[in-house]
Amino acid sequence: MPNTRPLSPHLGIYRWRVNMWQSTLHRLTGLYLCFGALIVAWGLIAAATSGGAWNIFAAFCASVIGQILLFLWTWSLLYHLCNGIQHLLRDAGTGFGPPRRDREFAPSYWSAGWIVIVLSVVLTVAVWVLLILRVAGGAA
Amino acid sequence: MSAYPGQEGLRNPLKVARGDGASGTGVHHWWLQRVTAIALVPLSIWFLFLVGGLMHATYPVVLTSIAQPVHAIFLIVLSVCIFWHGALGLQVVIEDYVHTRWLELTLQILLRFGALLGALACVMAVLSVWLTGTGYY
Repeated sequence: MPNTRPLSPHLGIYRWRVNMWQSTLHRLTGLYLCFGALIVAWGLIAAATSGGAWNIFAAFCASVIGQILLFLWTWSLLYHLCNGIQHLLRDAGTGFGPPRRDREFAPSYWSAGWIVIVLSVVLTVAVWVLLILRVAGGAA
Repeated sequence: MSAYPGQEGLRNPLKVARGDGASGTGVHHWWLQRVTAIALVPLSIWFLFLVGGLMHATYPVVLTSIAQPVHAIFLIVLSVCIFWHGALGLQVVIEDYVHTRWLELTLQILLRFGALLGALACVMAVLSVWLTGTGYY
C-alpha cells in the first residue's frame, strides 16, 4: 500500500549554501566514480586478456570521448577525495569552529567548504597540465 | 490500530527498535563506508600516479607495471575497496530514490552481484597478469 501520509518540506525550503553543493556534488561524483570503477575493471581485464584487447581499451581512452570522460573522472576523484577527507574530519567532530550561541556554524566551516571545491578544481588542472607537459616532453 | 511497526498487542515498540537502528543493521554500514574511505585515501592518490605514469605506455610496459608485486597487491586492495565503497554508496542512493518495492529489491540484489563480480574480475585480472605477465617478454 502506498504511503499517503503527508511529507515534511524538504530541499525546497532551504537556502542553498556551500554544504548543500558539497553534499550534492559528493553524491554525483560518487555515482560517476562507480562508472569509473567499471572502466578500471575493463582496463585490468583487457590487460589480462591480450595486446589486442588492451589496444582497444587504450584507443578508447585516447579518443575525444575517452579524454573528456577521463578529465571528468580526474575531477570527480579529486573532489570526492578532498570532500571525503573533510567529511571524515567532520565525522570525528572537528572543523566546526568555536561553538556559537546562535547554533550557526562558524565562518571557517563555510569557507572550508569552498576551499574543498576550489582545491579539487585546482588539483585537477594541475594533474592535467603535468600530464600534458610530460607527454609533450617526450615521455611517451 | 498500530502507530509503529511491531506495536501490535502488548509489545513495546522500543523492544523492536533497540539495537536495530533505522536501517535494521545499526551502524555497520556507516563504519564500513568510513573504513573503506580511509583505505581509499592513500590508494586513490597512488592510483592517480600509476595511471598518469602509464599514459601512452605500450602493452608490455603496462604488463610489467601491473606485474610488480607492490603494484599488483595495491591494485587488488584498491579493486576490492572501490567496489565495496561504491556498493555501499549506491545502496544508499537506491534506498533514497527508488520507492517501488520490487524494483528497489531487484536493484539492490543486482548491485551486490555486480559489485562482487566487478571486484572478483579485477582481482583475477591482476593475479593473472602478476603470475603470467612476465611470459610476454
